[in-house]
Amino acid sequence: MNLALPAPDIARAIMRISHEILERNSGSESVTLLGIPTRGAYLAARIAANIATIEGHPVQQGTLDITLHRDDLRMRPPRALMPTVIPPLGVEDRNVVLVDDVLFSGRTIRAALDALGQIGRPRTVQLAVLVDRGHRELPIRADYVGKNLPTSLHQSIKVQFTELDGVDAVVVDDGGAE
Amino acid sequence: MTNKFLLKAVNLQGSVVDIAIADGTVQQIGSNISLDGAVAIDCAQSVALPGLVDLHTHLREPGKEDAETVLSGSRAGARGGFVALSAMANTSPVADTAGVVEQVYRLGQDAGLLDVFPIGAVTQGIAGEHLAEIGAMADSVARVRVFSDDGNCVSDPLMMRRALEYVKKFDGVIAQHAQEPRLTDQSQMNEGFVSSQLGLKGWPAIAEESIIARDVLLADHVQARLHICHVTTRGGVEIIRWAKSRGIQVTAEVTPHHLLLTDELARSYDPIYKVNPPLRTELDVMALREALAEGVIDIVATDHAPHPSETKECEWQAASFGMLGLETALSIVNLTMVESGLMKWSDVADRMSTAPAKIGRYENHGHQIAVGKPAHITVMNPTATYRVDRDRMASRSRNTPFHGMELPGTIQATFFQGQLTYQAGA
Amino acid sequence: MKHLLSINDISQAEAVTILNTAEELAKATDGPIKKLPTLRGRTIVNLFAEDSTRTRISFEAAAKRLSADVINFSAKGSSLSKGESLKDTAQTLQAMGADAVIIRHQACGAAARLADNRWMSGAVINAGDGTHEHPSQALLDAFTIRRHLIHGGDTLDGLHVAIVGDILHSRVARSNVLLLTKLGAKVTLVAPPTLLPVGVENWPVSITFNFDEIIETVDVVMMLRIQLERMSEMFFPNAREYSRYFGLNADRLRRMKQNSIVMHPGPMNRGLEITADSADSARSVIVEQVTNGVNVRMAILYLLLAGTSQGEGVPA
Repeated sequence: MNLALPAPDIARAIMRISHEILERNSGSESVTLLGIPTRGAYLAARIAANIATIEGHPVQQGTLDITLHRDDLRMRPPRALMPTVIPPLGVEDRNVVLVDDVLFSGRTIRAALDALGQIGRPRTVQLAVLVDRGHRELPIRADYVGKNLPTSLHQSIKVQFTELDGVDAVVVDDGGAE
Repeated sequence: MTNKFLLKAVNLQGSVVDIAIADGTVQQIGSNISLDGAVAIDCAQSVALPGLVDLHTHLREPGKEDAETVLSGSRAGARGGFVALSAMANTSPVADTAGVVEQVYRLGQDAGLLDVFPIGAVTQGIAGEHLAEIGAMADSVARVRVFSDDGNCVSDPLMMRRALEYVKKFDGVIAQHAQEPRLTDQSQMNEGFVSSQLGLKGWPAIAEESIIARDVLLADHVQARLHICHVTTRGGVEIIRWAKSRGIQVTAEVTPHHLLLTDELARSYDPIYKVNPPLRTELDVMALREALAEGVIDIVATDHAPHPSETKECEWQAASFGMLGLETALSIVNLTMVESGLMKWSDVADRMSTAPAKIGRYENHGHQIAVGKPAHITVMNPTATYRVDRDRMASRSRNTPFHGMELPGTIQATFFQGQLTYQAGA
Repeated sequence: MKHLLSINDISQAEAVTILNTAEELAKATDGPIKKLPTLRGRTIVNLFAEDSTRTRISFEAAAKRLSADVINFSAKGSSLSKGESLKDTAQTLQAMGADAVIIRHQACGAAARLADNRWMSGAVINAGDGTHEHPSQALLDAFTIRRHLIHGGDTLDGLHVAIVGDILHSRVARSNVLLLTKLGAKVTLVAPPTLLPVGVENWPVSITFNFDEIIETVDVVMMLRIQLERMSEMFFPNAREYSRYFGLNADRLRRMKQNSIVMHPGPMNRGLEITADSADSARSVIVEQVTNGVNVRMAILYLLLAGTSQGEGVPA
C-alpha cells in the first residue's frame, strides 16, 4: 500500500479542477455537476462547495447512478441501486460535468452517458476525475484530471474520503492482496 | 436347492440359540446343534421374529401393473421380512367377487414367496351403494375374512351396520378406512397451522375421529368385529381406548410412516409426503407410539401404496396419495418403538405377526417360533444400519418418503414355510 | 435470492432492498424514455396456467421496460390445456433457455415444484400459486403503503393494517401477513369465522369478526375479492349479508382515520366487498397499486436476473 496522494494534494487538485470548470464554462450558471455514486458523488459535492465559495452562489449539483446501464451486470452479483438526483434545472441544454473518482477502462463513463441520455439532451457533457490511471478500453478521455497515475493492470487504486473512510487519501495497492 | 438351514447364534426371545429348519418346519432349537446338509447362517447380533404379517397392502394387480404386481409386491414383502400380505380390494377391477379374489390368491401362490390373502370389498366397486358378494368371497379358495373399501370410507351408517352384521356369519371383520367424505372434500393435508400457511385444503382430525366413534358404537350395538385402518390422530386413539375399555370388539392399526413423519414435511410441497390419511402433528405421532406400546393400537400395518413416478413428480394437488412401506417397515418400528425404549422385541413380534394374523384369522401365521411349527421366520440385525435408496427397491415403484434416510435394522433373512425367500447380500 | 417463491424466503433487509430498488426504477423510467437496457438478451417466460390478465401484463410491462425478451405461455390453446405435466413444461422451458419463469398456477406450491432444480435451472417467480402466496402483490402493496404513510423510512413500523374478507382462500392475504409484519406493521384480519383458516390463531396477527370495531383506528384498509361461489359452499348465506358485515361502504369510509388509505388487489366486485364510491374515493389508492406493480416487478426482475448468483462474480 503506497500513499500516492496525501490529503493536502487532494484538496489542491480538487480546487484546481473547480477553477478549470469555471474557466472553461465562463462561470457556473450553465453548469450542472453530476457525481457518480459512491465516491464520485462526494467529489462532486466538494467541487460544488469550492465553486459556491468562489462564485458566491451555489451551483446545480446532483448524482447519477449508472448501474442499470452497466455492461458487466451479468458478471457480478446484483447490486442495490444508488440514488439518482437530478437538480431542479435538469440536464436539458446544460453543460453537464460528470464527476467520478477514478478513470480506468472508461466503461463506467460509457454507462453514465447512456444513463444521461435517458434523462435528456445536455448542450455539452464534460468529465472530471480525481485520478486517471490509464488502461482505457473505450475512446473516452477526461476534461479535468486531478492527477495522472500511471499503473500496471495488477495494481489497484483506492480513493478514500473522510466522509466514508475517515481520511482523505489515494493509495496504490501492488496487487496480490486482492 | 436345499431346504435345510441352520441359524447359528440367533437371539430368540432373549436367549442365544441355534435353530434348525428342514422340510418347511422348525426341527430343533438349542445350543450348538447340527443338521446334516444344512446351509449354516451366522446370525450373531440378529434377532429371530415370527415371520411378519401385513394386514394392509396395495399390490395393484389387477389393473395397475406398472405400479406393482403380486410378484413384485411379494418380493418387496420378502425383503421387508414379511411372510404374509393382505391385498387390498381397490384394484381394477375391484376385488368384489369370488373371481377376482381367487385370481389374486392364485397369483400369490404362483409367486410362492409369501402368502397373499386377498381382502374383499365391502361394497360393489367400493362405491358404497350395494353390498359386494361377501359370502361368496368368504367361501372361495381365497377364504376371505377381512373386508374393506379402503381408499373409500363406508360412510353410510346403515351400510356399515349391515356389513358388520353380515360378516359375523363366518367370523369376518370389517376394516374401516375412517374418513368422513364431506369434511374431507378436496382435502390435501392435515388441517392445522401448517395447512393454514401453505394454503392446502385441510383434512381435519375429526373427519377420522367422527367415523371411528360412530363405528365403535355400531360394532357394540351389533356385537361384531371392527378393525380401524391406519389410525393417525390422538383423538382417534382416545376413542379406541374408551371402546376397548367397554369391551367393544375393535382392533386398530398404525402405519410406520405415521409413527415417524409429520405434516411439517408438506412445506416442501413434495408429494412424496402426500398420503391418505395425511401426516399429522408431532403430538399425534407421540400419541400413536404410546398407544402401540400399550396395545390400544393392536398392530402395525404398512398401507404399502405403490404409485408410478409421474403421479408423484407433479404439483401436490395433482399427485396421488400413498407411500411405499413394506421394505422399510421393520426398521421404522425399530427406530420409533424399540430404540426409543417403548417396546421390546417380543412386543414387535406381537404387533407385526401374532396380532395381525389373529385379526385376519390367518391360522398358519403369527405363532411363536417352536419345534414342529411352520418355519415362518424373520431374522433382523438391529445393530446394522442402511441408507434407503428408492432406486434399489424390490417394489416396482419408487415413492418412498424415507429415501436417503439412514435407518437402523437390516433384514438378514426371511423364511417362508422353511424356504429362504430373502437373504441380505444374496 | 435465486427465486421469489414465498415471502418467507426473503429477509426484512431483502424486502427493503426490493422496495428501494423499485423507487429508483420508478425514477429512472419516469422520463420520456421508459426503456432501460438492463436485461437486454435475457429471456423471461410468462407461464400462466390460470388466467390473470392484470398480473401477466404487469410482469410483461416490467420485463419489457428492462429490455428482456418476453414469451407468453398461457393456459388457453397451449400444451398446458392438453394435460401436459408441469415437469414436461419445465423441461421445455429449460430447453428454450429461459432465464426466468413467472408462474401463475392453480396449485399451491406449483412455483416451488418448478424451482426444483432437477426440472429447470432458471429463476422462478411466483405470480400466485393456488391459495398459497402472491409475493409480488404483497411487495407492491407494501410499496404503496410506504409511499403514502411513511416519510423517509425503510419499514412500516407503527402502522396498523386491516385485511378484510376471504382470508381462507386468499394468497394475497397470506403474502401480505408475512411481509407487512416482517416490515414492522401490525395486522388485523377481519373476516367471518368460516373464512379464516384453522391454525390462524398462530399467525402473527390480531383477529376480529367485527369490521366496525377497528375501522376508526387503522391506517390501511385492504379489501379482498370475495368469490360468489363461496356462497354455494356455505361460507356465508348471501351477498347482501356479506356486504353488510364485511363490505366497505360510505358509512365505514367516513369513519376512517385522517390520511388512512383504501386498497384492493383487484379485480373488484363493486357493490359486493366494496361500494363504487369507496373504490373511487380520495382515500382509494387502487389505481396507484397497478402503477406501482410495474415498478416493484421491475425491481424483482432486476435483482433476480441482472447479476450472476452470489459467489460467481468476477473480482471488482
